Amino acid sequence: MERDDGPTLAKVEAVYRMESRRVLATLIRLLGDFDLAEEALHDAFMAASDRWPTEGLPGNPRSWLISAGRFKAIDRLRRRARFDASRDELARRIEEDMDQDPPEAHDIEDDRLRLIFTCCHPALPLDGQVALTLREVCGLTTEEIAHAFLTTPPTLAQRIVRAKAKIRDARIPYEVPGRDELPARLDPVLHVIYLVFNEGYSASSGDALTRHELSEEALRLGRLLVELLPDAEAIGLLALMLLHESRRAARNSPSGELVLLGDQDRSLWNGDQITEGLALSERALSSPSFGAYAIQAAIAATHMRARRAEATDWSRIIALYDLLLRAAPSPVVELNRAVAVAMRDGPEAGLALIDEILGRGDLADYHLAYSARADLARRLGRIDHARADYRKALALARQEPERRFLLRRLAELGDQGCRAE
Amino acid sequence: MKYLCLVYFEPQALSALSADDDAALTRESLAYDQELDRRGQLILAHALQPVSSATTVRVRNGKLSTFDGPFAETKEILGGFVLIEARDLNEAIRAASGIPLARLGSIEIRPIMDL
Repeated sequence: MERDDGPTLAKVEAVYRMESRRVLATLIRLLGDFDLAEEALHDAFMAASDRWPTEGLPGNPRSWLISAGRFKAIDRLRRRARFDASRDELARRIEEDMDQDPPEAHDIEDDRLRLIFTCCHPALPLDGQVALTLREVCGLTTEEIAHAFLTTPPTLAQRIVRAKAKIRDARIPYEVPGRDELPARLDPVLHVIYLVFNEGYSASSGDALTRHELSEEALRLGRLLVELLPDAEAIGLLALMLLHESRRAARNSPSGELVLLGDQDRSLWNGDQITEGLALSERALSSPSFGAYAIQAAIAATHMRARRAEATDWSRIIALYDLLLRAAPSPVVELNRAVAVAMRDGPEAGLALIDEILGRGDLADYHLAYSARADLARRLGRIDHARADYRKALALARQEPERRFLLRRLAELGDQGCRAE
Repeated sequence: MKYLCLVYFEPQALSALSADDDAALTRESLAYDQELDRRGQLILAHALQPVSSATTVRVRNGKLSTFDGPFAETKEILGGFVLIEARDLNEAIRAASGIPLARLGSIEIRPIMDL
């Protein structure tokens, strides 16, 4: 029977949802096992739904849930101990640890970091890192994650099962890396977050160009990371994602067609996200330990600062690409630099650079390399070359809006394009 | 927990070293074994003779087959092993990354299964 002044079930759910991620992170540390912690969390929620409406909201819901979870876990283990003596041992150990003081606030924040670094451990396969992070850190369901990555729930569930098994079998510890190891261990975390963001920013295949919810999740993760660990690269990544996200409304035409950066209606850009992104970008770059993400954010920032595409400071962008090539050399970065060079010095200059990259054999399967070269050839009136490269790009492009864009370009050059693959 | 660190490298990479560099690598490797021992992490470590000295046996349906060479031809060959005691995988990774041949080849880290 609910008290008149007790919280409604909806309120209980709301409080639970706000605390569940933190509580899980701590329970994993206390219980030493992901599955056990998830069960305990669920049991704690059941207990809360049962008792808070009559007893009222506890003063510290987080501590209450952690305590309840621990007790329930011990109960479960004792019941299973009848069949497995090791569980009784585990239950006893958890009970002994309970005599210690309740977790301090900063311990809980450390637990969230422990969880992120464990889910993104480089010893786990990448798809397992992504699945585990979205499930345990973000609280998405297996179905939601599977849907977002265009796969089936059983496939996704398998990735999670395998990742948890690797954590258990190889004994990946639940800890935040030490200072010396932090830069190397931070990279996989940033990589996972950016991968999720990109998956949401431009779906890897299929019709819709963006999946908003995934990018939102990535932004949330990025913010959490910066809150817990204000490292220059974490700040740089958040800046980069915000600046990309700020252009979402302008990236598609109303009919869903791709609109290139230079052609976008800048009035559709999200001013708040740009303001925040620019500030974070400056903050990242002012730190001595800035790296590839901070530099990429600075490049995005340079684009965003221009009122009109024609006012873009290409020299600065080229200089930043030079810096990026030193921090994280890659043919894709070279390609993007070549495009910037073309904007400042003319198509011939950019074309020479792209020819060099493709001539080496790099980016042979990268549709954007061919479409970039085609664009430059087109500007120089070399229609045959442009057509040939647009066709190559079309054969390699996987997203429908990009394919339609390339077909349009080909049509403009008097070419009806390839037959659909 | 015990972890087996399997040391793989391309034979060419080793033979490309000068005599001095090769001797230095051997010294460093032995010194590192001693360091692991000092830390209480070393259980057993050995370099292996070249893969040309390998022999593979299989028994199928009670019949023994013996072959010359490793069980599989690989570009990077198994050149040695270090069996260590470590608290967890991160500690094992730290230990394995210090093995001098990690700079030239790859170290596979496998947790031991307690049967």
